[in-house]
Amino acid sequence: MDIIKILENTISAFFGIDAAYFALAAIGLNIQFGYTGLLNFGQSAFMACGAYGLGMTSQYFGVGMWWGILIGLALVIILGLLVGIPTLRLRADYLAIVTIATAEIVRLVVRSVRFKEYFGGSDGINSFSSSFRDLSPFDPGAQYGVRPFQYSGYSLWTMIVGWSLVIIFSFLVYLLMKSPWGRVVKAIREDEDAVRSLGKNVYSYKMQSLIIGGVVGMFSGMIFALDRGSVQPDNYSRDVTFYVLTALVLGGVARVSGSVIGPMMFWGLYVFSDNFLRELTKDRPFEMFGIGIIQKSQVGPVNYMLIGLGLMLLMTFRPQGIFGSKEEMALDGR
Amino acid sequence: MDAERTYTELAQRARAALASVNASPGVAKPDPILLAENVRRNFGGVTAVDVQHLEVQRGSITALIGPNGAGKTTLFNLLTGFDTPDNGEWMFDSKNLKKVVAHKTASLGMVRTFQLTKSLTKLSVIENMKLGATHQMGEKWWNGLLPFRYRKQESMIERRADELLKRFKLDHMRDQYAGTLSGGQRKLLEMARALMTNPRLVMLDEPMAGVNPALKQSLNEHIRGLRDDGMTVLFVEHDMDMVHDISDWVVVMAEGRIIAEGTPEQISSNPAVIEAYLGTHQGKSLLEEENA
Repeated sequence: MDIIKILENTISAFFGIDAAYFALAAIGLNIQFGYTGLLNFGQSAFMACGAYGLGMTSQYFGVGMWWGILIGLALVIILGLLVGIPTLRLRADYLAIVTIATAEIVRLVVRSVRFKEYFGGSDGINSFSSSFRDLSPFDPGAQYGVRPFQYSGYSLWTMIVGWSLVIIFSFLVYLLMKSPWGRVVKAIREDEDAVRSLGKNVYSYKMQSLIIGGVVGMFSGMIFALDRGSVQPDNYSRDVTFYVLTALVLGGVARVSGSVIGPMMFWGLYVFSDNFLRELTKDRPFEMFGIGIIQKSQVGPVNYMLIGLGLMLLMTFRPQGIFGSKEEMALDGR
Repeated sequence: MDAERTYTELAQRARAALASVNASPGVAKPDPILLAENVRRNFGGVTAVDVQHLEVQRGSITALIGPNGAGKTTLFNLLTGFDTPDNGEWMFDSKNLKKVVAHKTASLGMVRTFQLTKSLTKLSVIENMKLGATHQMGEKWWNGLLPFRYRKQESMIERRADELLKRFKLDHMRDQYAGTLSGGQRKLLEMARALMTNPRLVMLDEPMAGVNPALKQSLNEHIRGLRDDGMTVLFVEHDMDMVHDISDWVVVMAEGRIIAEGTPEQISSNPAVIEAYLGTHQGKSLLEEENA
C-alpha cells in the first residue's frame, strides 16, 4: 500500500478546487439553513443556475463570461421567487419538500431530450470556458508548485479564483451576520412570530436570505463548471445538496469558519477513504480471517457507507460540529 | 392605596373618564385608542370570537378576563393581524386595521406579547432588545454590508436598550443567552423588548403565567409604569388579585362574547361573571371565592 500517495492526495484535496466549490455552496446554505433556519434541500438547483447561466451564455448568446454571471443571477432570483413565494409563508417543512423537488425538476429539465438544443441534454454544454481561460496569467501547460501542492496552470487559476471567492463571501457573510439584518434572520430562526410582533416583515427577510444564499451557491456552480470546462446535468443531483449539507453540519452551522473548514474536512476525508479503499483492494480483494470484506468494484458504494456512518457518529458525539458551540446546542428545546 | 399613587395627567384623565362610563358590555368610552366592531372568527363550526363592540380607553390599564376557551387570545390574534376574522372592523387610533398585516401593526404603535414566552433563546439578552427597535437602517441587507451606515443608529438603540434593561432589572444578564433566563425573567425580557418598538398600546397575553409571587409584584409595578409613561395597556390574565390590583377597567369574555365590563369592583360582584367562571347557582363573589 502506498501510504505516501494516499496522504498526498488527501492533503491536496483539502485545498483543491473541489473543497472550494463545496465551501462556496456551504457558505450559501449556511445563510439559508444555518442562520435563517430555512430547510433548503435544493442548493444544487441554485448551483445549476450558475453553471448553466455561464454555459448557455457563450454557447447560444455569444456574449462574454460577465454576462453569464448576470444571467446566472437572474436565474437564481427567478428560481428563488418561484420556490419561495408559495412556501415561505408556510412552515419550514414545506420549503424542504418543495426545494428537493425543484432541484430534481431543474436537473431533469436540463438533461431532457426535448430541450437538448438549449441545455445539451445529458451531454451538457462544453467549450464555454475560453474567456475565463484567457484571463489566466499562468501557462496552462506548465506544472506549478511542489508535491503534494502541484497543479497545472489552469487548475491553479481556478483554485485562486475559487478560494478568493470563498474568502470574499466569508467576509461578506461575517459582516451581514453581525449587522441588524443578521440579527433579524437569526431571530426568525428562533421564532418567527416574535419577530413579526416586533414589526419585521418575516416573509421578505426569508426571501432575501433564500436568494442571497442562492447567489453564493450560484458562484459555486460556476467555479465547478469552469474547472471541469463543462456543464453536466448529473453534477447537480441530490447527492451534491446532501454532501454540502453534511459538510456544513460537520463544520458547525451558523459559523462562518464552520462553513469553510467543514467542506475542506469533508472533502479531505472523502478523498482519503476513497484512496485508502482503492489502495487496499488494488491487487486483490481485501480479506479478514479468510472472509472477503471488499473488492475493487465495491470501493464507491463502501465509501458512501463510510460517509453515512461518519455522519451518524458525528450527530451522536458532536452534534454541534467542529466549530459549533455546545452551549448554544444546549439551549434547544428549553 | 390608590390615593397614594401619583398618576400622570393622562392616566388621571383616563381614570376620571372611566368613572363616568356605564358598566355594561360594549359600552362606548370617551377616548378609545382601540375599537372593534362585529369581529367574529369561526373555527369550523365553533365560534371562537364574536365581539359586537369593544372600546379600550386611551391611557388606561384594561384587563381582559374570562374562563379558558373564552376567546381572549384569539381576539388578541385578530386585533394584531396574527389571525384574520371572518368579518368585522377594528381600528387602532382611528386607523382601520382590516387590511394591515401583523408586522405593520407594530410600526403603527401597537405591540403584543405572547402567552408562551417567545424569547429568542440563541440571541443574547441585549440582542433580543435591539431587535425590538423599529426603522433600523442596518436591517436592509445592503446597509448590513456597510457597518458605517448603521453604526450610529445602532449605538443609540443600544443605549435605549440598556436603559430599559436596567429598569426591568435585567442588566446583569445583558450578555447572556436569553435561553438561560428563568421563566419570569423571560416575561420581563419580552415586555422590555416590546417597549423597544415605542408603542402606544401594549397588549400583554398572560404576563403573570408561570411567574413567582415575588416577581409578580415587580411585574405589577412595571405594568403600572407603562401606563404612567402614557401608554395604554390591554392584558389577558387569570390572576384575579392582579386584575383587581392594577386594572382601571375590566372586560369579561365568555364563549367568544363580551359578557360584562366595568371597574374591578363592579366586575367582582357581577352575577353574570360569577356564572361564567363558576357555573350557575354559585352565591359567592369571585373575590370571596379567592379568599376562601
